[in-house]
Amino acid sequence: MRVVLAEDLFLLRDGLIRMLEAFDFEIAAAVDNGPDLARALEEERPDVAVVDVRLPPTLTDEGLQCALAARRARPGLPVLVLSQHVEQLYARELLADGTGGVGYLLKDRVFDADQFIDAVRRVAAGGTAMDPQVIAQLLSRRSRDRPLARLTPRETEVLELMAEGRSNTAIASKLVVTERAVAKHTSNIFGKLQLPPSDDDNRRVLAVLAYLDRG
Amino acid sequence: MRVRRTLVAGARGLWLTGLSLVGSAALFSLTLVSLALLPIGLGWLTTPPLIALTRRYADQRRRWAHDWTGLRIPDDHRPLPRPQPGLSGLVQHCGRLLRDPATWRELVWLWVDMVAGSLTALLPGVLIVLGIEGFVLPVLIWKGVIHDYQYVFLYASDPTQVALMPVLGAAVLAAALVFNPKLLRAHFRIAAAFLTPPKAELAARVARLTETRHDAVDASAAELRRIERDLHDGAQARLVAMGMDLGTIEALIERDPAKAKELVGRARTSSAEALTELRDLVRGIHPPVLAERGLDDAVRALALRMPLPVEVTGRLPGRPEAPVESAAYFSVSELLTNAVKHADAARMWVDMEHAEGRLRISVGDDGRGGVILPADGTGASGEGGVHSGLRGLERRLGTFDGILAVSSPVGGPTLVTLEIPCALCSPKTSSS
Repeated sequence: MRVVLAEDLFLLRDGLIRMLEAFDFEIAAAVDNGPDLARALEEERPDVAVVDVRLPPTLTDEGLQCALAARRARPGLPVLVLSQHVEQLYARELLADGTGGVGYLLKDRVFDADQFIDAVRRVAAGGTAMDPQVIAQLLSRRSRDRPLARLTPRETEVLELMAEGRSNTAIASKLVVTERAVAKHTSNIFGKLQLPPSDDDNRRVLAVLAYLDRG
Repeated sequence: MRVRRTLVAGARGLWLTGLSLVGSAALFSLTLVSLALLPIGLGWLTTPPLIALTRRYADQRRRWAHDWTGLRIPDDHRPLPRPQPGLSGLVQHCGRLLRDPATWRELVWLWVDMVAGSLTALLPGVLIVLGIEGFVLPVLIWKGVIHDYQYVFLYASDPTQVALMPVLGAAVLAAALVFNPKLLRAHFRIAAAFLTPPKAELAARVARLTETRHDAVDASAAELRRIERDLHDGAQARLVAMGMDLGTIEALIERDPAKAKELVGRARTSSAEALTELRDLVRGIHPPVLAERGLDDAVRALALRMPLPVEVTGRLPGRPEAPVESAAYFSVSELLTNAVKHADAARMWVDMEHAEGRLRISVGDDGRGGVILPADGTGASGEGGVHSGLRGLERRLGTFDGILAVSSPVGGPTLVTLEIPCALCSPKTSSS
């Protein structure tokens, strides 16, 4: 699987390259600034891009803007955005086109190599990987929301993991329950939130995120 | 050149005379009438526009003073917040205008301008006309058009005196050549004498600057101490712990791999916690979105963080300077947090705009209201009022000559407006 990597701090870029290569990813390009990233995304046509939000030359949200522009040019281009801080505002912009293949994680998440690589693979496959902090922000905002208040604690847990973009299988292993139990929880959640049921993992995640982001 | 200057001064003088006699007189009397109408209520409606008109009128005179004679008349109107909608806002606005000493100075100047101002402005023109008259009169007298006339102190009935008329006329014209520009300048000097704020006000301004500077220095020193403490007790301590754990791991890795693995996990937790603490610290110093996107989006991101729905409207066409941006952001942050904590509100809203060189941000909520801005030195909470940190906020804004206006009737809604004079620069590069 070919990856374009954009990270301006040498230590982190080097570490990411080593980690990705250890998990059999092919580094198509590793760049440290916005213009190079735009060019690499255009020329290399990677399977997935791992991009730092803040990049030179402006040191503003150059990386995010590049990723968004590349996705406008090539809808569904899988992009995993990394940042030192997560903002619901940015998550909303990334999810806005509703095509999936989007990840938005704190840089801290690279500490756990397995989880991080799982997220990269998920995004590359057209799935979603949202940072638990984004989901926590979304949920705390909707704390007065009646349908959400009707969820059982277990269902809320499942909802959080689902919103992060995890599949039923992953949720089941994380919560140490059977997949059937998770399926039951998810259908309960969709019932209580009055969302149309869907077997497609990705569409399900987007529906849940859209629900949480509303209002 | 000199002749031209003399003639121009004469023409300008005549124009100013007309203006003073008509404009100043009209504005002065209308304002007096309007002030007299205050007790019956009507004056509150008519006074603010009249004062605004007087300001523009005086400003025009300031500009001419500079353009025509190089005289600078300082303009020291107090910065005023835009009036709140509604009748109470209008009365409040009118009160603010009437408390501004500049308003009263301009009113006095209108009266002086009407009398002394018009007279000094008239003289240059009079000198020119009088000088020319000295040459024209003898001709008219010899032709028999005029018989009985007095030109200054010369009589038409005496031929000798008639012959002297051109001499006197020439003398008057010479005087015009010498004095006309000076007379015009005298007109503006009179205006300056009445429009310039007295030294006491300058002293007050200096005192205010000293005070706000102290506040700013104190605030930033306190901020640095807080950062130092946070780093010392937080991230720094965690890194020390991590280093220690790594040392132990090094010693244990062969002897007791299981124990070493456990310590690796602990070190990782420490590093994650250190990162979280650093992140929170950074957010408190300078929020990353503010650096990346500017005030607009930083406030939008902030709104999304609030536990209540916050509607954000308005776009800024560019970015204010970094310190202003930061002060504005933290003010909005504090106002929203206050509203969440104390106002018992169901929804809040923020509106941002930049107009006439001022950044204006309104923060409102539909809570219980009753927020008061305590007067200086009377402590933080007034009788029955909601305890608020507004005084501290006002001090922070004061550093930038910013101001705060609060409208919060008991029962709500609350609207706090802050204004900071500033220019916007570098239109955003961001595409969104």
